[in-house]
Amino acid sequence: MTLKMPEPDAAVLARRADIVQAMRAILPDGVIEDLSSLRAYECDGLTAYRQPPMVVVLPETTAQVAAILRYCSANRIRVVPRGAGTSLSGGALPLADGVLLGMARFNRVLAIDYDDRIAVVQPGVTNLAVSQAVEAEGFYYAPDPSSQIACSIGGNVAENSGGVHCLKYGLTTNNVLGVELVLIDGEVVRLGGRTLDAQGLDLLGLVVGSEGLLGVVTEVTVRILRKPEIARAVLLGFPIVASAGQCVADVISAGIIPAGMEMMDKPAIHAAEAFVHAGYPLDVEALLIVELDGPAAECAHLIDEVVAIASHNGATSQRTSASEAERLAMWAGRKAAFPAVGRITPDYYCMDGTIPRRRLTDVLTRMEGLSKQHGLAVANVFHAGDGNLHPLIMYDAGKPGELERAEEFGADILRLCVEVGGVLTGEHGVGVEKRDLMPIMFTEADLDCQQRLKCAFDPHGLLNPGKVFPVLHRCAELGRVHVHRGEVAHPELPRF
Amino acid sequence: MPDPAILTPANEAELGDILASACADRRPVEVVGGGSKTGIGRPQRLAQKISTAQLAGVVDYDPAELVLTVRAGEPLAAIEALLAQSNQMLAFEPFDFGPIFGHAAGASTIGGVVAAGIAGSRRLSAGNVRDHVLGFTAVSGAGQSFKAGGRVVKNVTGYDVSKLMTGSWGRLAVMTQMTLKVMPRPRTTLTLALRGLSLAEGASALARALRSQADPAAAAFTPGSETPESKTPESKTPGSKTPGSEGLTVIRLEGSGPSIEARARLLGDLLADAGAVDRLDQGEAQRLWASVRDGSWLGQGASEGGSDDVLWRISAPLSAGGGVAEALAVLGGRSLLDWGGALVWALAPAGATSQIRSIAESAGGHAMMVRAPSAVRKLTPALHPETPGVTALSARVKAALDPHAILDPQRFREAAQ
Repeated sequence: MTLKMPEPDAAVLARRADIVQAMRAILPDGVIEDLSSLRAYECDGLTAYRQPPMVVVLPETTAQVAAILRYCSANRIRVVPRGAGTSLSGGALPLADGVLLGMARFNRVLAIDYDDRIAVVQPGVTNLAVSQAVEAEGFYYAPDPSSQIACSIGGNVAENSGGVHCLKYGLTTNNVLGVELVLIDGEVVRLGGRTLDAQGLDLLGLVVGSEGLLGVVTEVTVRILRKPEIARAVLLGFPIVASAGQCVADVISAGIIPAGMEMMDKPAIHAAEAFVHAGYPLDVEALLIVELDGPAAECAHLIDEVVAIASHNGATSQRTSASEAERLAMWAGRKAAFPAVGRITPDYYCMDGTIPRRRLTDVLTRMEGLSKQHGLAVANVFHAGDGNLHPLIMYDAGKPGELERAEEFGADILRLCVEVGGVLTGEHGVGVEKRDLMPIMFTEADLDCQQRLKCAFDPHGLLNPGKVFPVLHRCAELGRVHVHRGEVAHPELPRF
Repeated sequence: MPDPAILTPANEAELGDILASACADRRPVEVVGGGSKTGIGRPQRLAQKISTAQLAGVVDYDPAELVLTVRAGEPLAAIEALLAQSNQMLAFEPFDFGPIFGHAAGASTIGGVVAAGIAGSRRLSAGNVRDHVLGFTAVSGAGQSFKAGGRVVKNVTGYDVSKLMTGSWGRLAVMTQMTLKVMPRPRTTLTLALRGLSLAEGASALARALRSQADPAAAAFTPGSETPESKTPESKTPGSKTPGSEGLTVIRLEGSGPSIEARARLLGDLLADAGAVDRLDQGEAQRLWASVRDGSWLGQGASEGGSDDVLWRISAPLSAGGGVAEALAVLGGRSLLDWGGALVWALAPAGATSQIRSIAESAGGHAMMVRAPSAVRKLTPALHPETPGVTALSARVKAALDPHAILDPQRFREAAQ
């Protein structure tokens, strides 16, 4: 493991018994301290890194969260917030000297208002449960990360989670109207509300996607949408990857914004088909799943157009869902792509870069080269509509050095994404996983500005330290950045 | 001729020099784009004006990527024309403040649009300005250049500072370049109208339309003229004072042809009990939405020889806007509803300031004072007051990027006591 986390504070560890006692005073039955139970919290979805926390606390009221944070702030104890623990970037990786603040008991839907088109939920409610709570009235909550049966809304807010439908319906940030947030000193603030815009600084926009570094969310107001009348999917196979890429560009150029537009490469198609028998064609190099939703008349019309565009680009197979069962079957393969790849390799490492769509063919070709160079196979699933790549690097953690090689391969892929004009992470977050790659995308000045914002919320750096930023500056040091003629020395110098 | 009282940096480095020295000297500055919104906030702030006029130009536009990178001083009108060539648009339909203050429409720069962060009618379906800003470069109040976000639509790398900058009115940093998400223009647009409904009836019709599967792109209620007998022929110019003399409840549908037909039928049936659902012809519909977009139905302010009523922009929960407008009517206010009822534009007598803020607040919303006589603007902050906790946090966030508060520190404050 090459990952360096902040040094545990020996003085805090020495006070562990006092700290546990203080937590028990706040939460008589919500404190976990025995090592075997702590192990259940030692990692999130990024299982390569593990660290049992000093203590786990499971509050169920905002007042308890405020009391915990007030105590930790006054005693300079680090805090790691955790939702459902499904982060793929290690956002909830505990610290040896840290309090792990589990939000699982905040599991109630507090209010649903169909006239205002909102739901008010506690952060531990799962993503899918929000949609289920409003389903009977014909509504749903749009962001649908693939982990939606397990991941929590609080975690979605922390990570600004996406999903296959975000091309048309946006990410979490576009669907959250307000939050209740507890600051590290225990102060409770409300940002946003039930309105469609806000005045003053958009602190809500800053908090969504801040990976638990700015505050702890204790209530979320989300926008719910009327379910579309119908959704239909079309499955399109292409003999050449570039043709599938061109088809995606042409669909968008034609003014069509599908609800979802997914691509899989040959290794991913074969793995998925062998696993769920979704009826995918096996004689193609790339497969597109395009979903249209809305009024039935609109879907029928637009599907015809998509099929025509695909034929023009040389699609060799096409199938349109005739029923809801068939549509779901088409998605089953895509949604099972990760476990399907998991069946053909002992371990896999899921990446998450975004690229401009026009660079897709180039990036996949160069990724093939990297695959040979690192001696590891890769399968690709791709949110084609918005350029978000999920290469799955296959490796065997049992073989010495393979995890490290997989991580190097992954880092090379992300460097490639940034080089072609893309970004390090489209939806999984920086966490610890991409933390040390941040200087590829951002200059020292860029990261300084972000850390200054962090200091405005958390002046002692107690909330989730060791995540997102490669070098942790003390807030006082940031005040002394030397600026000469508007330039920082060596802004392009990578530092990691 | 350029105004010598306004500094016009030619590039980001010059802007950095200006801001670094202003920071060193603790001299306040105010950034100006097209100047369409300078009438908002406290008057006479004695800040050095900095124009973004020379920080203009399109950096990158590839229609198939649905992404546009542009410099802050680029005129909005030029951007909209460029996008139209590829049949695309800024889906948030930026509100144009010019006409409200007696300026021509279309004077805004994109930097001003993003800095104000105020969307037009399509916010209901397409999201706010903030939802379309993907990344930016800026110079902070300390003269430091930095960037955040990226140039792709899906990105969670680092804090989403683009959201924080959008709607910050230039109080954190001076944006020099931004990347925006653009969208295809709708293939077909149809505006349905119910005529002569009262405010309450109109609000109720909007609510029912929004709850249906008709998926309106925009939905508004425009009030009739105060004296129904003084009907005047409809003006053919977008600058007409009112879109018509009778109240109009309007619902805009966008999409492909067959879809529009199906949805129009659905709404015709759904709203039949409220009256005949007309289809506006394209010209009438365009004039109507233009008058909602630039506020020209509101008429001129006192300084342009018009009313000295205060113009408010009140954001409320979807179901609350109609009630807010009715409460304002009691105070002598006259309101237009946009965003399906979630946005109230109201003209109200100057004395009603505190009542209006409390009406907005008790409905779960907030009220922005957009246009008012100078004496009112001196005493009343334009933005709705926030809770002490949020005010303190916002002040710390501002200090993070503008440590000596040189970026327009007075604009949204009350006059010093």
